[in-house]
Amino acid sequence: MFNVERWKEIFQSIQKNKLRSVLSGTTVSLGILIFIILFGLGEGLKNSYSDLFLRQANNVVFLYTGKTTKPYGGFKTNRRIEFDNSDIADIKANFSDRVEYINPTIRYGDNIKYKLESYNFSIQAVSPSNQYIEGNVLMKGRYINEKDIENKTKVVVIGRLVARDIFKTEDPIGKFINIGSRSYKVIGVFQDLDGDNEESYLFLPYTTRQQILMGSDKVGSIAVTFNPNLGGKGAVKLENDIKTFLKKKKSIDPSDPSAIRVRNVADELERSMQFAGALQIIVAFVGIGTLIAGIIGISNIMVFIVKERTKELGVRKALGAQPSEIIKMILTESIFITSISGFAGMIIGIITLNSLDSSLQEYFITRPQVNLNIAFVATLILIIFGVIAGYIPAKRAAQIKPIVALRDE
Amino acid sequence: MIKIDKLHKSYEMGSSSLHVLKGIDFNVEAGELVAIMGSSGSGKSTLLNILGMLDNADDGTYDLDEMRIENLDEKTAAEYRNKFLGFIFQSFNLINYKSALENVALPLYYQGLKRKDRQKIALEYLDKVGLKNWSTHHPSELSGGQKQRVAIARALASNPKVLLADEPTGALDSTTSMEVMALIQKINNEGKTILVVTHEHDIAMMCKRVVNLKDGVIVEDKKVKQNIIKNV
Repeated sequence: MFNVERWKEIFQSIQKNKLRSVLSGTTVSLGILIFIILFGLGEGLKNSYSDLFLRQANNVVFLYTGKTTKPYGGFKTNRRIEFDNSDIADIKANFSDRVEYINPTIRYGDNIKYKLESYNFSIQAVSPSNQYIEGNVLMKGRYINEKDIENKTKVVVIGRLVARDIFKTEDPIGKFINIGSRSYKVIGVFQDLDGDNEESYLFLPYTTRQQILMGSDKVGSIAVTFNPNLGGKGAVKLENDIKTFLKKKKSIDPSDPSAIRVRNVADELERSMQFAGALQIIVAFVGIGTLIAGIIGISNIMVFIVKERTKELGVRKALGAQPSEIIKMILTESIFITSISGFAGMIIGIITLNSLDSSLQEYFITRPQVNLNIAFVATLILIIFGVIAGYIPAKRAAQIKPIVALRDE
Repeated sequence: MIKIDKLHKSYEMGSSSLHVLKGIDFNVEAGELVAIMGSSGSGKSTLLNILGMLDNADDGTYDLDEMRIENLDEKTAAEYRNKFLGFIFQSFNLINYKSALENVALPLYYQGLKRKDRQKIALEYLDKVGLKNWSTHHPSELSGGQKQRVAIARALASNPKVLLADEPTGALDSTTSMEVMALIQKINNEGKTILVVTHEHDIAMMCKRVVNLKDGVIVEDKKVKQNIIKNV
């Protein structure tokens, strides 16, 4: 392979036949370039989807209650079902191996007041687990903790937009706001990457809310996070197990669809990711198509090059070139051109993707990047096919008798 | 130098076969200048191709410098062509993207010589054909006669035992034909064995011996008084 004299011959041939070299080089470069850019854009679409869903915990099952639609266990139909504190304790006790956090939530509306001004924001009474499940990031102060739940303290954590509207430039921590007729101390401010809506909440301990409701032990809904190692099937099984358990506990017909309802975030995520995955498959398909077009292009050019050189090869044979020498010459030349231009195309593609990085966000494409291994393998495939495409006509040319090649005018 | 005995060659043309050479017996001594004459279809080019190991005979024997040439594979044939034979073609067959010097040096490349040695030898032969000052020119910048002289320098470069010229003046006008034939005579006078295939009578008369081929057999083989070209 490293025959200096042959390399000199090859460089001369490449140099003196610029159009031919540039043509075949461009075909390879373009094939790889388009492949990498398409693949990167597909990856960018997928990234946008996963970003959208992955910021909040996705191993969450939300449990809601409704009214029964079937009579069961001596109860009439249309009975209102509600969760209470014992349900939380029971889930904790019975599913401790599969469940990580449990977050009871009571939503309500009430008049919010600070220094004579009234405000309107959503209020939720929650447990400390809420921070993890919602993906709240603390900016100042602290979140609700277990002591607050135990002592039913009158404290509140507020979203960034709530803090901005109520306190303007004031530091909210330690200030008191009125919710309904009671006064609550602000202990923390949080932000949420999922957007403005998520930052317009006030969170207070659910036990505090229950105390205000005359010692009620009811909760509105329950969110349960499961061990991510369960996987998709495990999550569905857990979901069904909890539902069955609660229905039995509350004497509900096992086939009643509306008394206890479940929403699984993982399910939704999976469906969306399937869509993104399908998009990427389509994009990859187009990319592979480009690659095949590139392979066909380079094959065509190789056949043409050998055809064009038939006479030259005949002269070389008449002057004493051995068939193997002819094949080596053509192959080395084609490997050289395809490798250089293939890797050039690959590098240009990667640089292009990197420079596109954030400018395509409005088209729902985030971090368009291509796995280096995929780029490398695609380039290698094109080079290998370039070599095969060169080898077949080269072998045929090497076997032509010199007289036939020389007669070819 | 060349000894052939009962040489036969036929080509398959679809279902029928065309018998081109019908038992040729023919000897060439070292230093001869032989013209092989004949109209088209007489088999003269086929004979030259077989002598040049560009084609194989069906039957008969061929000895080159007391070496039997038979059943050559491509590799050995290429090696023998390179060592023993020099070719001159009607259409010159120079490589367009190489300079005159590089064209002459090409057979030496296939002998495995270093670039420096190749260029030194090639320049000597270009000088011999009177084109030393044209060494960096490409074929497109040369006249027909100059091209053929480069081709002759290339054929000589590997110092072969025999030069085979296939219609060397076929693409040239009469003045340049004279120049080229004068060069061939000069090389022959220095001792090189040369075979010239031609269909032109006056070109044949510039050789020392004329072999006439007709329908695949030798009909005439005679020494002639060489028409020596002077002062061209």
